[in-house]
Amino acid sequence: MNPPDVVRSEAEPLVETVEIKTHFKTPRGIARAVDGVSIQIRRGQSLGVVGESGSGKTVLSRSIMGLLPRNGVIREGSVRYQGQEIGNRSSKEMRAIWGREMAMIFQDPMTSLNPVMKVGKQITESLRLHLGMSASEAMTIAEKLFRDVRIPEPLHLGMSASEAMTIAEKLFRDVRIPEPTRRLNQYPHELSGGMRQRVMIAIALACGPNMLFADEPTTALDVTVQAQILELISEQKRDRNMSLLLVTHNLGVVAGYTDEIAVMYGGKIVEKAPTKTLFADTKMPYTEALLRSIPRLDQPSHSRLATIPGRPPDIVHPPKGCRFAPRCAYVRELCLNEEPELQQASTPDHTYRCFYPVGSPEYLERKVELTRKGEFVSTGDMS
Amino acid sequence: MAGTGKAHLRNTDDVLLRVEDLVVEFPVGRTGLKVNAVSGISFDVLKGETLGIVGESGCGKSTTGRAIMQLPSPTSGSIVFDGTNLTALSGEAMREARTKIQMIFQDPISSLNPRRNVRDIVLEPLSIWNRGTKAEQLATVDKILEHVGIDPERAAESKPHQFSGGQCQRISIARSLVLNPQMIICDEPVSALDVSVQAQVVNLLEDLKKEFGLTLIFIAHDLAVVKNISDRIAVMYLGKICEVSSSEDLYRNPAHPYTDVLLSSIPVPDPTVAVKKVSVEGEPPSPVSPPAGCRFNTRCPNASDRCRSEEPTLREIEPGHFVACHHPLFGGEAPVTVRNS
Repeated sequence: MNPPDVVRSEAEPLVETVEIKTHFKTPRGIARAVDGVSIQIRRGQSLGVVGESGSGKTVLSRSIMGLLPRNGVIREGSVRYQGQEIGNRSSKEMRAIWGREMAMIFQDPMTSLNPVMKVGKQITESLRLHLGMSASEAMTIAEKLFRDVRIPEPLHLGMSASEAMTIAEKLFRDVRIPEPTRRLNQYPHELSGGMRQRVMIAIALACGPNMLFADEPTTALDVTVQAQILELISEQKRDRNMSLLLVTHNLGVVAGYTDEIAVMYGGKIVEKAPTKTLFADTKMPYTEALLRSIPRLDQPSHSRLATIPGRPPDIVHPPKGCRFAPRCAYVRELCLNEEPELQQASTPDHTYRCFYPVGSPEYLERKVELTRKGEFVSTGDMS
Repeated sequence: MAGTGKAHLRNTDDVLLRVEDLVVEFPVGRTGLKVNAVSGISFDVLKGETLGIVGESGCGKSTTGRAIMQLPSPTSGSIVFDGTNLTALSGEAMREARTKIQMIFQDPISSLNPRRNVRDIVLEPLSIWNRGTKAEQLATVDKILEHVGIDPERAAESKPHQFSGGQCQRISIARSLVLNPQMIICDEPVSALDVSVQAQVVNLLEDLKKEFGLTLIFIAHDLAVVKNISDRIAVMYLGKICEVSSSEDLYRNPAHPYTDVLLSSIPVPDPTVAVKKVSVEGEPPSPVSPPAGCRFNTRCPNASDRCRSEEPTLREIEPGHFVACHHPLFGGEAPVTVRNS
């Protein structure tokens, strides 16, 4: 990629997708995993992508990073990084971007780390490979980018194994791995789950990426360790002025650690808003239902949990109208026949995909009916 | 934290399960070392009660659940279920006892035989134990499948992979119910499910508990789910019980510093609630060489010299609320230190 020779304004998106589609060819037909998603992430900003399994949240992050197989995948739409189209690049071309520009932390550190390579080598490998592979031109870009993201010690190209080891040690200290020197000489299986995830984060940060993808980074971890890792990611994001795309099914995780949230359902974004707005002024009945189905500590024991009947849509044969319509308590004729477009809410930067959003006269009318029948339990008193 | 002490055991007639001094150890290869999975815990469950067991991975909560079923038999301790000491039973007698205590597991798909149709899977316990005629067995199976929300006709012609994770968990629940057990041990039954489906399964368990008069042990790491379903909760850490209380009291007034840390680590789905600074560093030590004294002392913000040498025992600090801590957040003789959350 070309050096970013123009000083870019903070408002310009670092990563942008325009109506991207990622469809998989399966024996049953075309699976529309991501079906027309547009997002923008500005530098230093964090976007949470929330959804249940099969909603397309993981495929979305992999589509942006170009981490998808070539075979059997149909891709459409545009992915831009710093204004440049990267959606059509080959894996070979993407290598210049992976690690240095964009990096990813996966859910399961045990399967994403190489089990037969010492963790220290796994970090130095990414330093040498990504930064050492291109010619001297790359060095200029790298150094410039490092200054951009304020990495204190710009890395050298073609660094020796021992130089890389020193930097790896520093990274370990950054991600608070105790006894970094000893740890670098250990294999992944010798580390606990939390430590492995820290190693993953250190590898992801090694080349000073501008954009960090974290795909369910804490789902495999215990709750006290989860809190530590989330704190670490958000602190590193702040210190390095990175952008973050956090994929998770846990609304509690996104609530505390993101600026903006996109809720996905059946391959589409059904609601997107600044985090506070999404929780305070939910528009999409699906988002509302999802929030209500989480058991909360402030509810009395044996509270009846609100549920969403049925199951997520079949993405090979999605429903004709709104994809949530078959499970929606507020469904009407129109919802079953026509697909709603993304609408602008009255609150800024807030869009949703619904004909009869929360608070609309039709919604309220139906809610009165449901309450009368005892089918609606409000979040406050679910007993 | 220790969890020795039996102050929390109850002496009423309706105790269905009473576990005392349960120890489970596993050898580590041929090293002569052992994993101290469960180190002398005691608890009881009353008829119709739901006991929640919470803790992080490696705390021994699943091992405890399995030890009750003698899967495998514990190293020592007694497990008295409905008047019978399970640890003293012969293999065949234990097999029969297991019809009264059933278990459901975390991964619903891998706990069902992929090659058999779902109706047969649910039927199998009945045919093994020859309960009634074939026609009666099928009638029971279909009735229970309907109860858990699975269409019996579809079950007769489908294999587990044709159902979603939530539906497979319903099938596992149906299988555990056909023998009409008194107690079900649920080991992380909803952890693998999506949040909307999780709510369906939790509600289903609550309904079935009432209809079938069940007693439940609900083992999970998700404290919000455990709080919702349990009457009483035991918090475990590194093979010990550190706190036992009614579920409401535990959440309103945690007394053990570890319980407090666990509660404050849960991300709250509300952006107006400030994210709390994590008050505990590191991860639990290895159960191969647990620390002396209170097992939480290496991570505890309130640890003193006493905690590093003397193991605390469970004691009652308010009616029905027991804690094993020298310096609990309230109710202790030692001065109450600052709450760190």
